[in-house]
Amino acid sequence: MALTLDIIQEKLLEKFGDQISFFIDPFGVLNFETPKEYNLKILQFLFDDETLRFRFLTDICAVHYPDEKGRELAIVYHLHNLVDNIRIRYKVFTAIETPDIYTATALYECANWMERETYDFFGVNFLGHPNLKRIQNVEEMDYFPMRKEYPMEDQTRTDKDDEMFGRGGTVIYNK
Amino acid sequence: MGRPVRFNINPQKTAIKDAIGFADMPEGFEGEGFYATKFEKVIGLARKNSIWPLPFATSCCGIEFMATMGSHYDLARFGSERLGFTPRQCDLLMVMGTIAKKMAPIVKQVYLQMAEPRWVLAMGACASSGGIFDSYSVLQGIDQIIPVDVYIPGCPPRPEGVLDGILRIQDLVHNESLRRRNSEHYKALLGSYNIQ
Amino acid sequence: MSDLMFPNIKLPEGSLEKQTTTLNLGPTHPATHGVFQNILEMDGERVLSSEQTVGYIHRAFEKIAERRPFYQITTLTDRLNYCSAPINNLGWLMTCEKLFRIKIPKRVDYLRVIIMELARISDHLICNSIVGVDTGALSVFLYVMQYRELIYEIYEEVCGSRLTTNIGRIGGFERNFNAIAFEKLEKFLKEYPRVLKEFEALLQRNRIFMERTIGAGPISAERALNYGFTGPNLRAAGVDYDVRVHTPYSSYEDFDFIIPVGTTGDCYDRFLVRNQEMWQSLSIIEQAYKKVQEFKGAEADVYHADTPEFYLPPKQDVYTKMEELIWHFKIVMGESNIPVGEVYNCVEGANGELGFYLISDGGRTPYRLHFRRPCFIYYQAFNELTKGCMLSDAIVVLSSLNLIAGEMDA
Repeated sequence: MALTLDIIQEKLLEKFGDQISFFIDPFGVLNFETPKEYNLKILQFLFDDETLRFRFLTDICAVHYPDEKGRELAIVYHLHNLVDNIRIRYKVFTAIETPDIYTATALYECANWMERETYDFFGVNFLGHPNLKRIQNVEEMDYFPMRKEYPMEDQTRTDKDDEMFGRGGTVIYNK
Repeated sequence: MGRPVRFNINPQKTAIKDAIGFADMPEGFEGEGFYATKFEKVIGLARKNSIWPLPFATSCCGIEFMATMGSHYDLARFGSERLGFTPRQCDLLMVMGTIAKKMAPIVKQVYLQMAEPRWVLAMGACASSGGIFDSYSVLQGIDQIIPVDVYIPGCPPRPEGVLDGILRIQDLVHNESLRRRNSEHYKALLGSYNIQ
Repeated sequence: MSDLMFPNIKLPEGSLEKQTTTLNLGPTHPATHGVFQNILEMDGERVLSSEQTVGYIHRAFEKIAERRPFYQITTLTDRLNYCSAPINNLGWLMTCEKLFRIKIPKRVDYLRVIIMELARISDHLICNSIVGVDTGALSVFLYVMQYRELIYEIYEEVCGSRLTTNIGRIGGFERNFNAIAFEKLEKFLKEYPRVLKEFEALLQRNRIFMERTIGAGPISAERALNYGFTGPNLRAAGVDYDVRVHTPYSSYEDFDFIIPVGTTGDCYDRFLVRNQEMWQSLSIIEQAYKKVQEFKGAEADVYHADTPEFYLPPKQDVYTKMEELIWHFKIVMGESNIPVGEVYNCVEGANGELGFYLISDGGRTPYRLHFRRPCFIYYQAFNELTKGCMLSDAIVVLSSLNLIAGEMDA
């Protein structure tokens, strides 16, 4: 029997009950989220189950929602079942004060650098990661640049100022 | 259509006189069987036609440089046949591509390892001034860390632009005084970059 | 270590032969590989382990993309895998079209296929000829660069630039392919097969090349999948996963092509897979060209979808007609109705599955744009690929993986 989104939903509900919330987005992809403690259990279940077979981790990334208190950082896992050709998106949310998530490196080798990049950009602390240090930015950097509160430009420049960046300065545009 | 495209559908044969270039002789004193000129001029002439470049290629400009080195826009006809990849043996440091702040100490180290006389060419918008990447991680131009002789604008510059830049470097090499590298002015320039 | 290699020789403790050397295959490489660093622990000539450092060309694309309207992000995507920039551009535009629910006419799809396959050929040419350069065969690279120039000229006819093409608009192309572009395409289709045969004849059954590359850096299919490999590297390991066939986009389902697959996943298999893919790409371009020529009359002038809300109108209309002026203003100033939502779209880049995860909040710029970059993901496997091999094999593995620094660091 071909794998459909209903079967996936059913199996997940059967195993994890009310910890999961689903929705199917307008592009036909099943999105679901659970509390962050369940992330390894879900990934392991999706990997091991013989009908589900989600054995390819496409991507891990994070999104910062500064307005949602208690759920500021979303970590998004994109998984792919290569045999039945189905993609799903799995999100866990965490508060920004304690951004601790269990690492998926034991299950997927490719999660190693993807999690390092997420740590580098957003400060998500992956528990159990073998080598959690910065990967793209310089090691001495002390802030997490992709968070919304930090600007894109280099703040230590002296030759460009706020006015040239379009922020205030001597010329005020009416919004 | 008069566009200079190589794979021209209706190619025209060029006249032989358009395919020959002449080099100028330096000024000097001529006599029967000898020609005397300044040492500077002869060395300049020899140096400019045998520059050994170091292609420090980081990104897209590196691919355009590979196209310039290819047989279509041949760089070797200007004397830069031998590309060195070690700074100890090269004259011209061609920085091609974006230099991120993580890469900046390495560019500086490569520059320091080069022996005088050395020239630096910044190819592309990213090496000249940071290019389209006005972000926290990109060095806004390599002239923040090393002195640059020629800047080639473009993103990426066309191979003809690269060749023009190399010809400007050749002009600089040709006209450089032998005493320049020991002069106060040059030492002050290096001092402003904290290079001894 | 040395004890195993020379069991009859007893070495004193602390002798030099028992220690490993650390070799820095530094950020600057000969043969312009790109900037990434490998620190190798070596026992004599053998590599015991390696550690990778990337980020030497980190340009913060994802942060910049949060400040740029959709059309300006196309210029960022150019610089991801700069050897095959049109694939990145068109992949991004297809992501936008997926979010905005725009349906693309068939002729535009076929023209896009032509451009994407030309880009794939140009990328595989660079990769395979650099593998040749790393094994010492420098001339092949020079032979092949000539035909990349012809591909560049075809791009120039359509979009104006050679390398960082910024090709296409949301809904199609900025101008119709003119007669000169098609003449150049025909010239390419006529002359290129001979060149590719010559390229293969020089390297494929060359004794020295085969001895250098066979057995260098093999990987099994299960490990490759676990490491997130996609693209030619995965296909060389034996898994026939190709996004063009699995989730066809841009009318790829109308074309007839095979997916070449290798067995051991070593450098020779990767080389062969890329060569075969070039033949397949050539066949796809021929089919697409025939299909494009079948459109007659008014249909032959279609080069974009009918979405005035997102398609930047041609300049001559903007300066003469009222409607186009208004649409142009709205699009540039960000007054179009960008839908809220998130979408993940992927295309088959020359290195593998290039994915764009776009979260839009209805504003002029994306809320979050994340690039799933294949190079970044499979470079982690370099340690496993080069365990126990010689230093020269490590170099060949490095170049056969087709690591493009721009895509790795983004």
